[in-house]
Amino acid sequence: MGKETPKQQQQVSYTVEQLVAVNPYNPDIVPELENYVNEQVSSQTYSLDANLCLLRLYQFEPERMSTQIVARILVKALMAMPAPDFSLCLFLIPERVQMEEQFKTLIVLSHYLETGRFRQFWDEAAKSRHIVEAVPGFEQAIQAYAIHVLSLTYQKIPRSVLAEAINIEGLSLDKFLEHQAANSGWILEKGHVRGQLIVLPRNEFNHPELKKSATETVPLEHITRIFPILG
Amino acid sequence: MAAGYDYEEAPGTYDDANRQDVGYDPNFVPDSVKSFVVHLYRHIREKNVYEIHQMYEISFQTLSDRLFKDTPWPSVDAVAHYVDNDQVFCLLYREMWFRHLYARLSPTLKQRIDSWDNYCSLFQVVLHRVVNMQLPNQWLWDMVDEFVYQFQSFCQYRAKMKNKTEQEIALLRQFDQAWNVYGVLNYLQAFVEKSNIIQILEQEKEGGEQFTATDGYDYSGGSNVLKVLGYFSMVGLLRVHCLLGDYQTGLKCLLPIDISQQGVYTSVIGSHIATIYHYGFANLMMRRYVEAIHEFNKILLYIYKTKQYHQKSPQYEQILKKNEQMYALLAICLSLCPQVKLVEETVNSQLREKYGEKMARMQRYDDEAFAIYDELFSYACPKFITPSAPSFEEPLVNYNQDAYRLQLKLFLYEVKQQQLLSGVRTFLKVYSTISLGKLANYMEVDETTLRSILLTYKHKTHAVDSDGKIISNADLDFYIDDDMIHVVESKSVKRYGDYFLRQIVKLEGVITDMDRIKLE
Repeated sequence: MGKETPKQQQQVSYTVEQLVAVNPYNPDIVPELENYVNEQVSSQTYSLDANLCLLRLYQFEPERMSTQIVARILVKALMAMPAPDFSLCLFLIPERVQMEEQFKTLIVLSHYLETGRFRQFWDEAAKSRHIVEAVPGFEQAIQAYAIHVLSLTYQKIPRSVLAEAINIEGLSLDKFLEHQAANSGWILEKGHVRGQLIVLPRNEFNHPELKKSATETVPLEHITRIFPILG
Repeated sequence: MAAGYDYEEAPGTYDDANRQDVGYDPNFVPDSVKSFVVHLYRHIREKNVYEIHQMYEISFQTLSDRLFKDTPWPSVDAVAHYVDNDQVFCLLYREMWFRHLYARLSPTLKQRIDSWDNYCSLFQVVLHRVVNMQLPNQWLWDMVDEFVYQFQSFCQYRAKMKNKTEQEIALLRQFDQAWNVYGVLNYLQAFVEKSNIIQILEQEKEGGEQFTATDGYDYSGGSNVLKVLGYFSMVGLLRVHCLLGDYQTGLKCLLPIDISQQGVYTSVIGSHIATIYHYGFANLMMRRYVEAIHEFNKILLYIYKTKQYHQKSPQYEQILKKNEQMYALLAICLSLCPQVKLVEETVNSQLREKYGEKMARMQRYDDEAFAIYDELFSYACPKFITPSAPSFEEPLVNYNQDAYRLQLKLFLYEVKQQQLLSGVRTFLKVYSTISLGKLANYMEVDETTLRSILLTYKHKTHAVDSDGKIISNADLDFYIDDDMIHVVESKSVKRYGDYFLRQIVKLEGVITDMDRIKLE
């Protein structure tokens, strides 16, 4: 592909998105969609719709399927968690393909993430470097997901639990925590019996009192219906 | 795989052509049929939509029951001269002819291919020529519905390669374009695009167009056919994508239709049910349980109140079948996401009656529970298809169950991941606070495992909606402070606002009525 200027790259992806929106049921766009997957990987962008379109076309003509591309799509989908993109992709991949070694591994990785087993996830990911290192931004994406789930769950979380979930320890973890404290509102409490406690930012999921009760609000459009009566 | 899963269609072998021929003369046109086509042709020319509807819905059924119980209608060639050999009418007649065939008999491969050709010709006319007709929405919906159904049926038929005869294989090879998945999808897409229906619906919101207000009919001298076919094709696309297992795209295709309101899709009961059934199923597979429950609840209540009016209709059986399937899906949703307060009382009592016991067993998440999830899913799911062309190499196999098996497997996999959540719920119901250590003890797991289970609970009960926002569907929630779990019960707040609005409008109505009464 050679060196493309950022502007050129932007134009390419604009055209692919248009293709997917306007002419998705077309076997001729397979090469473009495959290129687009590789572009998503290298430029750390993501498009579920384009990837689903490609998986569908593979479904229509299985001889054209590239398992390498499919594997990359699945890794990107994993990185989109907590969105259910990974299972949405699996629905479109034939069972016999899912039995291949690399896909079995990816399914196991997804399983660990879906069930909050971060220790097992990082262990397995370490064993499968070739799969996950091929996609830049993988580690950060999973760490973001881990923090998301932890933020739903914990008001205060022990350092060791956090460390295991995001797979960062020691000095790196100190640096990471300082960064989060400075930019994301994390508060670091010291001096507890079992070590440091981290106070995560308040949201409606770990602080239920913040939950806006939607049922108490009445939309304006509903009130306008009775204006003639009130008037 | 669950026993009793009715996935097999009656086989349409080459010999069926002979079976059909017994006592059937395609050229014999009874007087009642002659009268039928002559009148229908006239009504279509004169755009008498009401009469067309009566003839299409009632007369056609009556004649079919009386004269063509198990034979096809007379061939189009035999009736053509009664209707000026009008090309469009003949295409419409053939469409009805094939639909009748599929409903009462088993189509041969040649007939399946011929039906495809007929749809192509008919659709080409609508897409590329200026058509002047106004047809009833029921008919236009049936066209799209039948088109997708015949596609689904063809894929099922084609996937059973094992007992195919030489002639059948030769025909399949020769006519590889017939019911090709690209063709089917592109026709539906073409209808959506050429009719401009998405822009029409958009403009309607701003008051620029009239579509829903006229039920899709054109009162300014034009035709409703392309617009309404475009509209129903969006539902058709949702259906096809569900059959392929692509739920995300399916829902996207339906997006221009606002299902929180009445619309043209509710003008035909078959369309209403098909839309909500597939919408709900897609949401179930995307783990948006609250959304699915919400919609199933609405439609099941609607069917309960209105099914008596459809008892004589040819769609009655289908309505009942879909009704039962949606109760099964609702049972599944509520077992995975126990939010009973979302379900209306009437629906709930029907649900308890049909699935109360099974739901109790599903929530135990033991082996028996998985068998019930399997059973209900298999009963209620769409008839998934493998869209690719078959391999003609020996040995020939049947692969018509592959698509269904995959969806079932992935669904049960998701259920399994939620296995431990039911145990957590039981304990959270009883405590307002409990330490991790204690709960771990009760659940007989170590603390690390418990933390994982609690994270799973949070993840599974907080779905990502279509806008990317996190929505909680947890009836029972909690947060953890270091090593203490604090349980939070979500209060169900009464919708006072809605209630007052309704009562205000009602009272105003009563006052207006009273004002009209003149006292002597």
